[in-house]
Amino acid sequence: MTDYAAIIPIVIVVLSAVAAMLAEAIRLPGERMPIYGFGLIGLVGAAVASLFLWNTDAHSFFVIRSDNFALFINLVLCVIGILTMMFSNDVVEREHIPAGEYYALTLFAISGMMMMAAATDLLVIFIALEILSLAVYVLTGIRRESPAGSEGAFKYFLLGAFSSAFFLYGIAFAFAVSNGSTRIEDIGRALSAQATGAPPMLALLAVGLLAVGFAFKISAVPFHMWTPDAYEGAPTIVTAFMSTGVKAAAFAAFVRVFLSALEPLQVHWIPILAVVAAATMILGTVVGVVQSNIKRMLAYSSIAHAGYMLLGIVSANSAGKAAILFYLLSYAVTNIGALGIVALLGTAKHQHDELRDFSGLWRTRPGLAGLMTIFLLSLGGIPPTAGFIGKWYIFTAAVQEGHYALAIIGVLTSVISVFFYLRIVVMMYMTEGADVVRPRISRMAMTGLGLATVATFYLGVLPTRVLDVALDSISTIF
Amino acid sequence: MLSVIVFLPLAGALLVLAAGGRGDRHDREPLVRGLSLAVSLVTFAATLYLWWRFDPASADYQFVEQRAWLPAFGIQYLLGVDGISLFLVVLTGFLTPLALLSSWAAVHKSVKVFCFFLLALETALLGVFVAIDLFLFYLFWDAVLIPMYFLIGIWGYERRIYAAVKFILYTMAGSVLMLIAIIGLAWAYSAANGAPSFDLRELHTVTLPWAMQKWFFLAFALAFLIKVPLFPFHTWLPDAHVEAPTAGSVILAGVMLKMGTYGLLRFAFPLFPDAAHVFAPWIALLAVIGIIYGALVAMVQPDLKKLVAYSSVSHLGFVVLGLCAVNVQGVQGAVYQMVNHGVSTGALFMIVGMLSDRRHTRLISEFGGLKAVMPRLVAAFLLITLSSIALPGTNGFVGEFLILIGAFRWDPRLTACAATGVILSAVYMLWMFQRVNYGRVTNEKNRGLPDLNAREWGMMIPSAAVAIFMGVAPALFLRPMEPSIVRTIARIEGRMPATARASQPGLGARGRPASREPRATSDEPRATSHEPRAATSEPRATSCERRAAASDKKI
Repeated sequence: MTDYAAIIPIVIVVLSAVAAMLAEAIRLPGERMPIYGFGLIGLVGAAVASLFLWNTDAHSFFVIRSDNFALFINLVLCVIGILTMMFSNDVVEREHIPAGEYYALTLFAISGMMMMAAATDLLVIFIALEILSLAVYVLTGIRRESPAGSEGAFKYFLLGAFSSAFFLYGIAFAFAVSNGSTRIEDIGRALSAQATGAPPMLALLAVGLLAVGFAFKISAVPFHMWTPDAYEGAPTIVTAFMSTGVKAAAFAAFVRVFLSALEPLQVHWIPILAVVAAATMILGTVVGVVQSNIKRMLAYSSIAHAGYMLLGIVSANSAGKAAILFYLLSYAVTNIGALGIVALLGTAKHQHDELRDFSGLWRTRPGLAGLMTIFLLSLGGIPPTAGFIGKWYIFTAAVQEGHYALAIIGVLTSVISVFFYLRIVVMMYMTEGADVVRPRISRMAMTGLGLATVATFYLGVLPTRVLDVALDSISTIF
Repeated sequence: MLSVIVFLPLAGALLVLAAGGRGDRHDREPLVRGLSLAVSLVTFAATLYLWWRFDPASADYQFVEQRAWLPAFGIQYLLGVDGISLFLVVLTGFLTPLALLSSWAAVHKSVKVFCFFLLALETALLGVFVAIDLFLFYLFWDAVLIPMYFLIGIWGYERRIYAAVKFILYTMAGSVLMLIAIIGLAWAYSAANGAPSFDLRELHTVTLPWAMQKWFFLAFALAFLIKVPLFPFHTWLPDAHVEAPTAGSVILAGVMLKMGTYGLLRFAFPLFPDAAHVFAPWIALLAVIGIIYGALVAMVQPDLKKLVAYSSVSHLGFVVLGLCAVNVQGVQGAVYQMVNHGVSTGALFMIVGMLSDRRHTRLISEFGGLKAVMPRLVAAFLLITLSSIALPGTNGFVGEFLILIGAFRWDPRLTACAATGVILSAVYMLWMFQRVNYGRVTNEKNRGLPDLNAREWGMMIPSAAVAIFMGVAPALFLRPMEPSIVRTIARIEGRMPATARASQPGLGARGRPASREPRATSDEPRATSHEPRAATSEPRATSCERRAAASDKKI
């Protein structure tokens, strides 16, 4: 029985996805059904299960391990999922997104993400990656009448398939290095056994190819090309979900593979990832400046944020690992909040995602404008919000390891990023109102936004508890 | 006590937001205004109480509040006030109600939110001055930007968006590098003591290698010098000032610029004394350039607000010069001048605001002969102008005089150049005053303008009274400052290394057997050139007095 403990959260989410599918099947045409309820129940259940599993370090089938690290990611994913569900009911109806498919795919994607965070075998990571990727490809193009959506989904799918192939190839080399095992532990053991002298070519190839696979999923430069198109083409609520969820899962596996199994090869991959991190931060912010579509802007901003989190991996110390966990959480609540507002203001006819659509929002919807401002300031890393503590933690980790240059690039790009976040603020507060009809927002969605705001301030003012938990959860595995 | 003072305005701000009701309700305007004024007055009273309870004989931080906040990083919620910050706290408390009053006629758009941001700004500013944990300081430092950004961007004049964005980007670009330096400093402390700390008092004990110290000092100094703003980092200031609403300008000039000079004195110089010794002459040089440049540019401004803005560049140059001198007179004068400048420039901006409320223009050429129309306003204007150009008997005189004495003891050449700034300030201020107020009324629109009303009296009387009071009773202010300043100077000078660390002899190194390291030799010539001069500084001080007095008489 103990074999099954570690997969309980995943199973709960899968069951709720199945329930959503069944509900869609028995739903009469035109009947309104709160399918998101299944999602909420499943995600809350998964979160509770994760809390119960805390400190148990349960293993399942030797490939799934719910240590505190995986559980922390689980909780982050539950937060992401719950917020998404709370916004979805408004949006799905308004934008004519097929409800049953949408909820089921989102929940399946979350199950894949959880599995990815908990997997201790490269092959299982690959399977989890495919589960979540396929769901997200479909979600990106779920509005079939939208050409932009189809374009984004197709690009995402093609490039994603390539990167999966790279990843698989990397697994093959790792398999060779470790004398016939794809387990993370075995690979780590094999590598540290040969730590003296130059590492075999195969090991370096494995590192490189695995890094490409992860870099694609976290949209690091130069594997970021799909991001703006996919984020812009997808329904905004899906953008909110995938910009946070996929990132959380991919970073979890990235950290687990690179900072445990491949740690002996640190000297070889740190310089490469350092360059990637710098390029990602710079490109994300600089290109973000010239965007006039908010979804594209936030897509580039998410690239930049991936760069900041990469700094945590490059630092490769315990502060860096914990910083990534904290950053994932703070980025999740703020980015879902910001994109959630964009999603909630959109309709099927009008996406409400151009910069000028936001002009004068303050006059008509002061509350929403205020919340949006808080989320944007947090994304820009201005105190006293979650984003500030997250960035501060990451830069602390980098400075601790002497990566001053990277830290300086990081802070300067955050200043530039403040510029484009402020462009939205300028639109909302300082220009005359646009002629846009903005839909009403349900109480449920407002509650979700409220929760995200509270979390943003909580993480920004009293982060101690979460920081301690993050530190504690990385200490269990590395 | 300090927490109450710092967070009282924020609590009031939230209350105001709640009291304002939904949307933009004009019927609630008096309530909102009254409430926010009351909150700011109570805060001011609390700062005065702080002053009253302050022990002037002690150099320590007083009213210290210490609580663990992020224990894993040694970050604390740590507040305290000493002689240096005390008056800046009081100044903030003093200016906020005046700024609120100044907005009564000018701001009608979303008054509720305006008051909210102004009070939130007060909290952040007070926090900057009382935080002695570097992390907490940085938090408040950055938090200041947001309310100010909105104040300029929403309630400003035509080019407000450009000005607001420029303001926030300039100041952030400087301060983020300081953030890196703060983190680096804490980890340097951790390397020596096992755990990181952001407590300023603890960080004074760290000894840094020269290379680190140099870069950290430059990062701190850049953040502060942009804020001051020192030439050539001043370009954001005129834009921000000109476009900001009157209340924004009052706070910006009155308090926010002092954050920069305060930061230099509190953090940059004492934390990195060796680097301070090396770089201070260069900073002082920039300050002197700024004094003269600011004055010359102010002279040719057609716009009243821009003139006052450039005069701030010039005045703040004096403050930085006094700080760079690192002796008791210089620093005391600098701190005194910070408060002075807050009072007099704040009042000048209020007057400009009154004129522009009446005429909706700030061009000097549009005015003329106002003395005949509004004698009372012009009388107040005259008094504040005189205080701004440092006439004896006003507050400005005490500050500038002390700064010049202190600076002269350190470097007479620079001081001589700086003293011309005193003359130039008289030129541009009096010339502007003459063009606006004297002569015949040349513009018909100026006839029949109303004189000061009760609200404006309420703004002018306190400002004028404080300006004169500080001019005739400076001891009341200087005495509480002195112990803290003496200690800070001792910290900057006294840390001349006896170990094998890189040593940088400099400014105040006279009479101390400084250990010479190979690294230090390159700086030796400069150091020695200072020493004989410093030794003979006492007799020359009198000639400086004479000259400063003479230059004031010329006015």
